[in-house]
Amino acid sequence: MSQNYALVGLVLLPLVGSALVFALGEAQAKLAKQLTLLVSLAAAVYAIVLCFEFDTGSGASRFQFSASWNWIRAFGVHIAFGVDGIALVLVTMAVVLVPAVVLASWTSFDSRSGSEEGPTPYGRRRSVKNYFALLLLLEFFMIGVFTATDVFLFYVFFEAMLVPMYFIIGSFGGPRRQYAAMKFFLYSLVGGLLMLASVIGLFVTTGSRSFALTDLIGKVPDGATQKWLFLGFFIAFAIKAPLIPFHTWLPDAGAEAPAGGAALLVGVLDKVGTFGFLRYCLPLFPAASRYFAPTILILSVIGILYAGFLAIGQRDMKRLVAYTSVAHFGFIGLGIFAFTTQGGTGAVLYMVNHGLSTGALFLVVGLLIARGKSRNVDDYGGAAKVTPILAGLFLLAGLSALALPGMSTFISEFLVLVGTFTRHKGLAVLATTGIVLAAIYVLYLYQRTFQGVMSERVAKFRDVNVREILAVAPLIALIIGLGFYPKPVLDIINPAVKATLTDVHQTDPAPKLGTAHGGTK
Amino acid sequence: VSPLLLADGAQTINAPSVSYHALTPIFIVLGAALLGVLAEGLLPRSERYAAQLVISIGGLVAAGIAVGLLHGTNESTISNALAVDGAGLFLQGTIIVLALMSVLLVAERSVDVVSPIVASAAVVVGSPADRELSRSSRIQTEIFPLLLFAVSGMLIFPISNNLILMFVALEVLSLPLYLMAGLSRRRRLQSQEAALKYFLLGAFASAFFLYGIALLYGYANSVDLDVILNASRTSNKPSVLLYLGLALLLVGVLFKAGIAPFHSWTPDVYQGSPTPVTAFMASCTKVAAFGAILRVLYVGFNTTAWNWRPIIWAVAIASMAVGAIFGLTQTDLKRILAYSSIAHAGFILVGVVALTKDGISSVLFYLLTYGFSTLAAFGVLTLVRDANGEATHLSQWSGLGRKSPTVALVMTVLLMSMAGIPLTAGFVGKFAVFRAAYHVAAPLVVMALVFSAIAAFYYLRIVVLMFFAEPPENGPTIAIPGWSTSVALTFGVLVTVVLGIVPQPILDLASKAGKLVG
Repeated sequence: MSQNYALVGLVLLPLVGSALVFALGEAQAKLAKQLTLLVSLAAAVYAIVLCFEFDTGSGASRFQFSASWNWIRAFGVHIAFGVDGIALVLVTMAVVLVPAVVLASWTSFDSRSGSEEGPTPYGRRRSVKNYFALLLLLEFFMIGVFTATDVFLFYVFFEAMLVPMYFIIGSFGGPRRQYAAMKFFLYSLVGGLLMLASVIGLFVTTGSRSFALTDLIGKVPDGATQKWLFLGFFIAFAIKAPLIPFHTWLPDAGAEAPAGGAALLVGVLDKVGTFGFLRYCLPLFPAASRYFAPTILILSVIGILYAGFLAIGQRDMKRLVAYTSVAHFGFIGLGIFAFTTQGGTGAVLYMVNHGLSTGALFLVVGLLIARGKSRNVDDYGGAAKVTPILAGLFLLAGLSALALPGMSTFISEFLVLVGTFTRHKGLAVLATTGIVLAAIYVLYLYQRTFQGVMSERVAKFRDVNVREILAVAPLIALIIGLGFYPKPVLDIINPAVKATLTDVHQTDPAPKLGTAHGGTK
Repeated sequence: VSPLLLADGAQTINAPSVSYHALTPIFIVLGAALLGVLAEGLLPRSERYAAQLVISIGGLVAAGIAVGLLHGTNESTISNALAVDGAGLFLQGTIIVLALMSVLLVAERSVDVVSPIVASAAVVVGSPADRELSRSSRIQTEIFPLLLFAVSGMLIFPISNNLILMFVALEVLSLPLYLMAGLSRRRRLQSQEAALKYFLLGAFASAFFLYGIALLYGYANSVDLDVILNASRTSNKPSVLLYLGLALLLVGVLFKAGIAPFHSWTPDVYQGSPTPVTAFMASCTKVAAFGAILRVLYVGFNTTAWNWRPIIWAVAIASMAVGAIFGLTQTDLKRILAYSSIAHAGFILVGVVALTKDGISSVLFYLLTYGFSTLAAFGVLTLVRDANGEATHLSQWSGLGRKSPTVALVMTVLLMSMAGIPLTAGFVGKFAVFRAAYHVAAPLVVMALVFSAIAAFYYLRIVVLMFFAEPPENGPTIAIPGWSTSVALTFGVLVTVVLGIVPQPILDLASKAGKLVG
């Protein structure tokens, strides 16, 4: 088997970068930042080049840039990497987000303050280089988790990813960071262990001596076993995604993590859950996926509405954004388990867009919090007068979150709703009301912070500087660009979604032309 | 008496042939122990420490090499009483390496006043002599030969196919341990309590073990495991003798392995013993005891698995539950690690249930990974100190990551391994064991995973404290370890990380070793 090293290079790049940054001294914080930025930009360019190299032709193989080595022969485990269209766009989204996060948190830990929100009772200096080294380590695991084509290797990345995020929340987060870090870790670990049970079960029931994904697809016998194995994977991913009712860790973790960490947590890490549905649950357990789909669809719709209402009621800005994400994951779940090409493609595009838009929203909220030293909405008001550019960026990021036409999020939301409508009309109609809720929570947030009577706290704000604009503007530009011309991304996604639906033995329902008149069937 | 008759008599006694060559590791360790006793008596006090160190380390290294040379041997000797087979050699090798690391921890001289071991264990606690003792820099070195005697017992214990021999090995390994538990330099009262408690309960366990042997002899007319196995197929005696005998036998070994419901001594004894001795008990004793459990169940009771498997299930669940749940309520690190070892014993039993070749090799691998992480974790405990010796209360560890990032990082790696996070040895061990057991005991595996999640909470709590909490006023200091502790800790952490990333060679070794000669 010929090995393609292109992808391996992308995987290893941040790992090497992380090791270098860790090795730096505490006094070389500036160098650490520059090195991190350089590595993350290089990775972003690298991934974009890979996107252009990716063969989207009809005869192209599903997994490209593949490379595989034996790792643990006793368990049939490989170090195997490869991407299909879904993984590729998600990897690209992740590595594009990282430089933005690096730029946005450039000075977050320079002061002697306890956190971004100002001094804690034990204000102390955080290790700046450790933060950036952890970011790169996290980037390594994120790329690994999307590109692994061996179930065991995926599991390893899935679990190991927790460790850097745990330290980012626990060491650099807000006042309740210990609680949030612990809750985040335990929730994910419980899910991970259930998945481990299924991974072992997969190995035993298929009788396959290999964990390579392609060796396992279609091997799991239908029946009760498949349902149990499906549930193991599903719960792990549902916690990660997070889907109602497994979501309660996200508002805590999202609120306590530093803004940059939160952007990656919600923007990328949570996508691993929805990515896992598509990559593992559907192809490995087709019958069980069909069996559980109605339940999951209903949970998704509940999530859209419930989290939307909760978001409206939040006073903590970061919690608010976290809840909007729970609502958005409902849409993604809907798109995936509707089993239509439009729904699936929409869901994947949604993941990319949501990563960019929520990432941008978290970063902008972080910029505001860094100025006001408070997460509480009530402490702000009328900020648009002193910080017009920040207000503009905030509004654009917010509008992308509510899926305004012209933004790429609109296209994905539309595709998901159309894809759902062809199969489940009632659910699609209910989900559509989620758009109204989104408009309320975004605009209400904007109104309370940037419009109205200017609060004392806000009067001394300075507007964004060039670095901060450079962090957020490219993300917003990308959202708008893809909003008008999504074709290149859709071209990459489409074949992979079709292949996934074939694995789950589903094809799009044929257009039923006569049904309105009580048609044939 | 005619010469003819003499010859006849000689034939009927029939001295068993001994394969000395296959038993060299045991002879070397026993020889080193005896040499240590001689050195203790003959050498002047000032030279004993160095001499004992040379004898212990030299003896263990030589024994380790002997085990390596025996690699591939599969024979039973002394009329099938001892089986030198793959599993036996793997266990012996593991015990020897772990014992070597324990010796290094015991030999530490720069952390405490001179040594973690008291010079005179019999002095009444609280007496003027006792106060004098705590300040004196006198050291005694009997602990080295004691440790070697215990190791020799541990080397015989898992390779005995004869229950009487197994009992002798059990006593040879236990008696020195009872003494060693009472040798702590600090907290004398607690240490003496630990020794007494261990001795009394251990004596009970030994009695159960013996009673079990007696019942099995009544059933099979033999104390050889292979004869008992045959008898269980053919004998027409009441099988209650067989099962009661097995049950009592198991009480004895489960006690030694610290498995619930025979675990109650573990937290107290682990806490009271000198920490290097605790490290030795938690790693080597457990390996040896599990070796014996494997041998008894796989060689002697292979065909009666239907009858004992539910019991092992129950015991495994109890052990995991006790270890995971009670561990949550502990505030002392030594006790937390004690409960962690109880939980791990439950996980290992999950592998024992498999009753396949995979089951054996996964248990062997798990024991190895567990031994190294646990031993090194206890080693780390010796470094965090305040005026009263080791600072093992949880609150004293808060903010450790800021005072000594290296120590905190080492501890984190070890705790992550115990919690079973991927890329550490502990994860590979758990995976191997659960995979082996899945096809016969899927519900048990799922329960084991749930308990892993619960136990992960207290490992993480320590990590949280070390890195995210603020250090207390007048918190403990971090001692700079001497060369011996440094070597032991480095090795333990290296093994934990390397086996997490490239486990294949050792997995191969364990898989080849998955053989028990009946």
